[in-house]
Amino acid sequence: MDKRDKSQLYGLLAEFGDAEEIVVAAGKAREAGYTRLDAFTPFPVHGLPEAIGFRDVLVPWLIFIGGVCGALAGFGLQYWINAVDYPMDVGGRPFVTWPSFIPVTFECTVLFAAFAAVIGMLMLNGLPRPHHPLFNSDRFGRASQDRFFLCIEARDPRFDGAATRRFLEELGALSVEEVPA
Amino acid sequence: MSNPSTERILNGEHSYLTIDGRIGGVVLDQRKHPLPWYVTFAIGFGLLQVMMLAFTWLLYKGVGIWGINIPVGWGFAIINFVWWIGIGHAGTLISAILLLMRQLWRNSINRFAEAMTLFAVMCAGLFPLLHTGRPWVAYWLFPYPSVLGVWPQFRSPLVWDVFAVSTYMTVSALFWYIGLIPDFATMRDKARNRLAQIVFGILSMGWRGSAGHWFRYETAYLILAGLSTPLVLSVHSIVSFDFAVSIIPGWHTTIFPPYFVAGAIYAGFAMVLILAIPIRAWYGLKDFITMRHLDWMAKFMLGTGLVVFYGYLMEAFYAWYSGNKYEQYMMMNRWVGPYAPLYWALIVCNGITPQFLWSPKVRRNLAMLFTISVVVSIGMWLERFMIVVESLHRDFLPSSWGMYAGTIWDWATFIGTIGFFTFNMFLFIRFVPMINMFEMKDLLHKITGRVPAQAITQRAHEAAELAEERA
Repeated sequence: MDKRDKSQLYGLLAEFGDAEEIVVAAGKAREAGYTRLDAFTPFPVHGLPEAIGFRDVLVPWLIFIGGVCGALAGFGLQYWINAVDYPMDVGGRPFVTWPSFIPVTFECTVLFAAFAAVIGMLMLNGLPRPHHPLFNSDRFGRASQDRFFLCIEARDPRFDGAATRRFLEELGALSVEEVPA
Repeated sequence: MSNPSTERILNGEHSYLTIDGRIGGVVLDQRKHPLPWYVTFAIGFGLLQVMMLAFTWLLYKGVGIWGINIPVGWGFAIINFVWWIGIGHAGTLISAILLLMRQLWRNSINRFAEAMTLFAVMCAGLFPLLHTGRPWVAYWLFPYPSVLGVWPQFRSPLVWDVFAVSTYMTVSALFWYIGLIPDFATMRDKARNRLAQIVFGILSMGWRGSAGHWFRYETAYLILAGLSTPLVLSVHSIVSFDFAVSIIPGWHTTIFPPYFVAGAIYAGFAMVLILAIPIRAWYGLKDFITMRHLDWMAKFMLGTGLVVFYGYLMEAFYAWYSGNKYEQYMMMNRWVGPYAPLYWALIVCNGITPQFLWSPKVRRNLAMLFTISVVVSIGMWLERFMIVVESLHRDFLPSSWGMYAGTIWDWATFIGTIGFFTFNMFLFIRFVPMINMFEMKDLLHKITGRVPAQAITQRAHEAAELAEERA
């Protein structure tokens, strides 16, 4: 494995025992100048996205846009039906009785925003993706159970098989494993 | 019986792995299911057949086989619709509202309660569909460009209901599935069986638990909870508009939306307790659903029960204060009319029974708590009977008064949906992790702030093994 060409390597995967350890380790890896790294945990660990330098504000905006589209679609539908396509004169009452359109508009807002939340989150995360190089690792299955993994990818400009391995071992990793691409 | 105040929201010595093992093991080890599962499932399946039979006969003969008549055109179908959809509400309250309130104790009951919501809404949805008489053209309820050139009447609460209930069902399903994705990944990685690996692999969408993914996941989940909170309040409010927007005595009141929502949560918590008390015992989940959880749920039931009882008192007050003789007659008719025994049974079930929950001793007594929950469920059904039937059967014109009683087919349909609900619930217990594993691990991490002693020794052991392998 050690003699493998660097291009065939996805990265080095270090295993940690607890949430606090991985936050510290990820912070140190960033300090050491690694940029292409990711951490994998069985539950959301606060401070970890910041530690690996992750930042994203798109999800709330997508949900907002979804909600606005829902509101416009819901109200627009009722407006168009009652004022344009099938106007019905009931004793001279107005066609667009907007207060009675509010419940459906609200429900459409929530529906569209919820779909935006779910689909947006999955798409930004690049899911569904049933195959990923990390699944080549035998130990990675525990990332969804009780272990915390830090992966430094081989495409990181500072990546150097032996030095990076030593660096990860010095961080106190329980194991360091090469993950084939 | 243990004391809830000294019990924690997570009992016993647990590590991340034992949490996974205890919850995921129920699904992964299919041979270990206890006898009560088979018995309850068989009863549920049997009643499901009763439902299918009742539906088939209904589709063949029409709604004439039901007890509905003029003046009582709504009957069991609407009673059961409102009853079931109310039960669903506790699930969303637990999963969304308690999440926003940062109530950590919700973590062990939310999955379960959300599943209950989904199945209760399914049962609820069946009734208005069948009540239309021609369920095969139920899609007419939705606005679609039809060759008839007509559209739904958007000023009618019945059309609002279509949107509210279908949105509620969809959003609840999304919320539930999103909560399940990381747990499906855990199941995929724990499974030894090839089929289970493939199925859970597909369901988990290739979840890897990346820090960035978790960040987006938590953002989306929290906002989804924020969206579900007004949604759940709107659903039962809109259901209550079906009544309140009309001018029928007893229906045309402004108290209906909050009174319906409180009643929904009340009935829902009763149902969560009815399910949780036996299931936690059968599956050895007492460490996760502790006496403290049951105690809190009982208090929720008491609190919402008091709101509902206040609603009953206010209905009587409004009838008197309105000075409207139809309203006053409606109230007198409830108290001493032909359905008076049902009204007083309702007051006993929903007004008096929950008062026992003031006593910590009763809240700690599982048999008592279970019985009270069943009584409350019956009480909530009686409430819907009272609202639907008693306002319709004697309204403005005495010449058009009538009486209503459910026929055997009404009962078969109702009991059949209880079977459908049980059937679904027990399939869920068997094939889906019934407690949110990743949230329980998060909870363990938050409570202990460090790895439990047991896990540390285990880890040291494994590190030694790894070192040996390497050497």
